[in-house]
Amino acid sequence: MKASLDGSNQSGEKMAAMDELPLVLVHALPPFEISFKGRLQSRFQLIDSLDSTFAPHVSVLLCVGPSPVSSDTLRHLPSLQCIVGSSAGVDHIDLAECRRRGITVTNAGPSFCEDGADFAIGLLIDVLRRISAADRYVRAGLWPMKGDYPLGSKLGGKRVGIVGLGNIGSEIAKRLVAFGCRIAYNSRNKKSSVSFPYYANICNLAANSDILIICCALTKETHHLINKDVMTALGKEGVIINVGRGALINEKELVQCLEQGQIRGAGLDVFENEPDVPKELFELENVVLSPHKAIATPESFASLQELIVGNLEAFFSNKPLLSPVNLE
Amino acid sequence: MESIGVLLTSPMNPYLEQELGKRFKLFRFWDFPSADDFFREHSKSIRAVVGSSFIGADAQMIEALPKMEIVSSFSVGLDKIDLVRCKEKGIRVTNTPDVLTEDVADLALALILATLRRICESDRYVRSGAWKRGDFKLTTKFTGKSVGIIGLGRIGSAIAKRAEGFSCPISYHSRTEKPGTNYKYYPSVVELASNCQILVVACALTPETRHIINREVINALGPKGVVINIGRGLHVDEPELVSALVEGRLGGAGLDVFENEPNVPEELLALDNVVLLPHVGSGTVETRKDMADLVLGNLEAHFLNKPLLTPVV
Repeated sequence: MKASLDGSNQSGEKMAAMDELPLVLVHALPPFEISFKGRLQSRFQLIDSLDSTFAPHVSVLLCVGPSPVSSDTLRHLPSLQCIVGSSAGVDHIDLAECRRRGITVTNAGPSFCEDGADFAIGLLIDVLRRISAADRYVRAGLWPMKGDYPLGSKLGGKRVGIVGLGNIGSEIAKRLVAFGCRIAYNSRNKKSSVSFPYYANICNLAANSDILIICCALTKETHHLINKDVMTALGKEGVIINVGRGALINEKELVQCLEQGQIRGAGLDVFENEPDVPKELFELENVVLSPHKAIATPESFASLQELIVGNLEAFFSNKPLLSPVNLE
Repeated sequence: MESIGVLLTSPMNPYLEQELGKRFKLFRFWDFPSADDFFREHSKSIRAVVGSSFIGADAQMIEALPKMEIVSSFSVGLDKIDLVRCKEKGIRVTNTPDVLTEDVADLALALILATLRRICESDRYVRSGAWKRGDFKLTTKFTGKSVGIIGLGRIGSAIAKRAEGFSCPISYHSRTEKPGTNYKYYPSVVELASNCQILVVACALTPETRHIINREVINALGPKGVVINIGRGLHVDEPELVSALVEGRLGGAGLDVFENEPNVPEELLALDNVVLLPHVGSGTVETRKDMADLVLGNLEAHFLNKPLLTPVV
């Protein structure tokens, strides 16, 4: 059993007086950990185990990375009122149980949206213009030997379908307008403040797009949202970029479509069973693969840290949370 | 027009080659063992040269082809054409501006993103199986970083417009300040380099802009700086760039062009903080067709005594 963070071991835990620092359970399954424990320890009393004698009194859980918060986890925490998440996605949290118990959930809010958008666009231009493949070609010494690299495809004028027009999707749309792309989107609901064409049906969006960029939340409804039908509707010249969650796409069908040339190519930051990547993809020149790092810059993590501290402080001072997730 | 002799300097585009063959008497420069062999046999037959960024029409070629009336370049860059000599001899010159502006600007952004966010490197990381052993490192954020552009012409302006979408403050250096932009102007490249993190070369190659990126500029850019070159290899003092990258005096580089293509300095092939591309700036199916049509349109206009579509000289 790991030592609790006040330095004493489990059997010698000190009971916190009610007027000491507020209690926060740091829920971090290995290998996930937070880099700013010191900063938190100056304002909060941290415990790190569901079996701690303090667990029944804990009102806030800080969820580190995708450490799962299941109904079993929640059963250990009868006083829990809030889960402060540290990622854009909340698919690792039993939201139905949170809804039932009235537990609020926060996520990374806008911390990651610029970097996520930048990376999605980097992946997109890479797939269309074959950047990684051409860089490999040069590094292998093939330019003097085999001559010019095969032509890519122009981005300007292409129709981009954004699946999920949230924080990240909006930033992607804003950037792509400057490249001369035509934007349309699919979302749970039409956004009245947005002028881009809305498609309620994902196959219709695909049929009217050259490119699909997947950046929506993973839920029961969106699991395997992108399947063979959607890819067929997208067509042989179509490109798929995924910076959401691996399970948004039926990975087996994606691999088949790519192998058979049913779509032009794909840029993938996420996979169904990370860090495992279907080995068939390693044989393909028309995919760009990334190890789930679209949002990983020092700036986004600094911004996340501020947000997490801000959410914790807002909770304990009864102020509105900074980045609450709508659980409906 | 089938009797008009046209020289194609290199196998630059199959569609262009095919169309030239249909409309003119086409000579392929690379079919001959040497330039001299070609000139000896066919010098009097050539009335038009179709050149590229690889082989254009230099002084030797112009002197060797007394019947040459027009050089139609399959490029926007004119650095491989002896423009002075063409002007003297009344030889017309056309290029392919505008049709490739967007693709080249897109490529500049692709290089910036790939270099800062290590996209090619992380693709290698996944393909090698390294992800199973551990996470990739953090990479450098692009949004909001300062971008300095050398040359605010068609391509430079298109790059600026795209970078603005990423909230990047834009500054530039040009021969003269351009009215009507919000971008900050610097009268020297060194000052520009001292005040930006990402330095993009987007100007024409002329005797004045040769090695415009030199040791002084690289030092001003510094260990967190990145050079992006979508111009010509000769814009950069390549050995200086290489040593700065190897020694860590420069943060990274995204390069589509090199001093001696298709040869790339071997030291660069071993570096992770560079992206190396085989001169693909305008390399899309759509744009190369548009460029080819412009070359064909210019040649047709010339031989039908109509105004040229995109004349330079």
